Amino acid sequence: MISPIVRTATVSLRRDRGALALSFILPVVFFTIFAVIFGGRRDTTPKVTVLVVDEDHTGASQRLLQGLKQEGSLVVKTRPNPVKGAEQPEYTAATAEIAVREGSAPVAMIIPHGFGENPVAFGPPDANRAKIQLLEDSSDAIAPQIIIGMLQKVAMTSMPDLMAEQGSKYLDQLAGGLTRDQRNRIDQAIGYLREREESSTAASRPDSEGIIAVTARAVVGENKNNPMVSFYAAAIGVMFLLFTASGSAGALLDEAESGTLDRVLSSHVNMTSLMLGKLAFNSLLAFSQLLLMFLWGWAVFRLDFWTHVPGFIVMGICTAVAVAAFGMLLASICRTRAQLGALSTLVILVMSSIGGSMFPRFLMPAAMQKAGLLTINAWAIDGFTKIFWRDEPLFHLWPQVLVLVGIAVVLFTIARRVARRWEFA
Amino acid sequence: MSSPASAVRVSSPPLRIEGLFKRFGPVTAVDGVTLELRSGECLGLLGPNGAGKSTLIRSIVGRVIPDAGSILVFGAPADSMAARQSLGWVPQELALYPRLTCRENLQAFGRYHGLGGEALGLAVERCLGWSTLADRSGELVKNLSGGMRRRLNLAAGLIHAPRLMLMDEPTVGVDPQSRNHIFEMIEKLRDEGMSIIYTTHYMEEAERLCDRIAIIDYGKIIAQGTHAELVQSAFGSRSEVHARFAGADERIAAWVAERGGRAVDGTAQFTVEHPTEIAALLESSAKAGLQLVDVSLRRPNLESVFLQLTGRELRD
Repeated sequence: MISPIVRTATVSLRRDRGALALSFILPVVFFTIFAVIFGGRRDTTPKVTVLVVDEDHTGASQRLLQGLKQEGSLVVKTRPNPVKGAEQPEYTAATAEIAVREGSAPVAMIIPHGFGENPVAFGPPDANRAKIQLLEDSSDAIAPQIIIGMLQKVAMTSMPDLMAEQGSKYLDQLAGGLTRDQRNRIDQAIGYLREREESSTAASRPDSEGIIAVTARAVVGENKNNPMVSFYAAAIGVMFLLFTASGSAGALLDEAESGTLDRVLSSHVNMTSLMLGKLAFNSLLAFSQLLLMFLWGWAVFRLDFWTHVPGFIVMGICTAVAVAAFGMLLASICRTRAQLGALSTLVILVMSSIGGSMFPRFLMPAAMQKAGLLTINAWAIDGFTKIFWRDEPLFHLWPQVLVLVGIAVVLFTIARRVARRWEFA
Repeated sequence: MSSPASAVRVSSPPLRIEGLFKRFGPVTAVDGVTLELRSGECLGLLGPNGAGKSTLIRSIVGRVIPDAGSILVFGAPADSMAARQSLGWVPQELALYPRLTCRENLQAFGRYHGLGGEALGLAVERCLGWSTLADRSGELVKNLSGGMRRRLNLAAGLIHAPRLMLMDEPTVGVDPQSRNHIFEMIEKLRDEGMSIIYTTHYMEEAERLCDRIAIIDYGKIIAQGTHAELVQSAFGSRSEVHARFAGADERIAAWVAERGGRAVDGTAQFTVEHPTEIAALLESSAKAGLQLVDVSLRRPNLESVFLQLTGRELRD
């Protein structure tokens, strides 16, 4: 008696375009938005735009400017964008300040006259030394800090010879004079650095290590085309699954109101068969939604779907059954569709926020992370992350499978008990 | 455990209800109903809204658990699978799937009753033919007219070929033309020997369709019999005189009360043994200073019977 219920529900859904869109199009749209914002296939990390005014026009200022331009996290602009194809004049201190005031960029950097005479200094502050000036928009607290940090870095990586020269002068002063031999060797070393800087570009300098050598190696997700996409496919997917499941389970309320439920229950179908049929249909619907999300992730965001099919099937089924049972419980508790809409929105948004559907749980405080474990979202996302991000073997999914199936059994059992009110008067 | 077929005894009456009680909180919806439906008979349950007709029907189909009493369908308890298979229920509501077509609805309810394959196909065609919806079989229910939906609602109750049909006000909200169409469907069914319980608060429907009528009020069967038997028991050989007068209602009401009649919707109603009594009534009204507009003599109907038995109108 379960298959006729599934069949009827399937045909009804196929004819309900609104519900179909909510089930299959909206989740994909949301997933795409989140994936593009947080983990799109291109490097979409927001860059800081800085306007640079070079009033010095010396080799040192040019090298600093060049170094800044080669930083991937910065967009360095020395002149406004062309207007009707006509190139605009370079920024001056005044026009750069206006541009920051107008919101064209959060920071402007002025390299003053005389910067090149003494670009790098060690020792006590010198009031006569020409200082780089930053004009900042205080509404953006992060951009100026990034620029200051990048400036120190670029000074070291793009002007190592000047750093060394300045350092040797400082040493000369403190040591009370270097010997001729020492001076020659230092000059040789500085000459080598200058020569290397002049003969190479940043692009051909693969080991531009800086002062402290650092190498970074990703140990998780290193071979992933796009690890965050798998996270958002699961995170957004589960949230929408919950919404769809509660909406779909609401068909019970419609049927109760229209008298169809009474008619069905007066046939060979009993309440348990009816609810199992609804659970089966809602689980199938949820699984189809997840499948669509991950296939979309594969097609558009190059998610490694096909190498993780067994894991997807295991987690997909467990997640789908759990959310379907959750929807059945909500529908059986509520008296009307309006009640169901209000309650499901509230509960699902809370579950999704603490369960990691909106914001990764690993970025949350420890207490919040623990609270998240009370949600279906957290267990489902953890399971999908194990498969798609950490490449863990199938048997590692046992905690997630156990919890999700347990949730499904408990919620469905409660829903069945609550649904007794529909059984007889 | 006996099979459904063996549990249903053909010799037993299609429906036997004894001492049925059902209370909802302080309200007694069904109050000691005892009723028997004969084979091939159409029994009308006539009563105003809230009289307990639907509760009685829902008790028969197992949707309401009675507090006391017994219900046997062809000798089998009403909550047994055998009884369910023998019963066809047409609820008062349009209990259909709006996004399914006529055919899909019938298929769905057929499957719920355990039909499949060729048997299901034949049953669907039979029901589409009976409800004259064959040409609209592919139409979504939500796009059908009210009358068509009512016909499909009836057909869905017949999909598993039951031997006893329970029709709970199947013409509610239907225009006169569609109602007539539904009457023809039910008459056809009755002619084929189907046993039917038909609830209504329209006495014309009960008079036209039902072999016997049970009048129900406040959950009790207050009278049952054929139309003629009910009228005979309530009025004997007396006839009804309806007289309309112009002028103040208070004076008319006072005069009607004095003469032992009833004032209903501004009409004075009396029962008389002989038509000659009309002259005396009219003379009396003239003396009371009432101005007669028109007067008629007629045989009492079920509405009059209900009024006589309860003191209230059927549509109160």
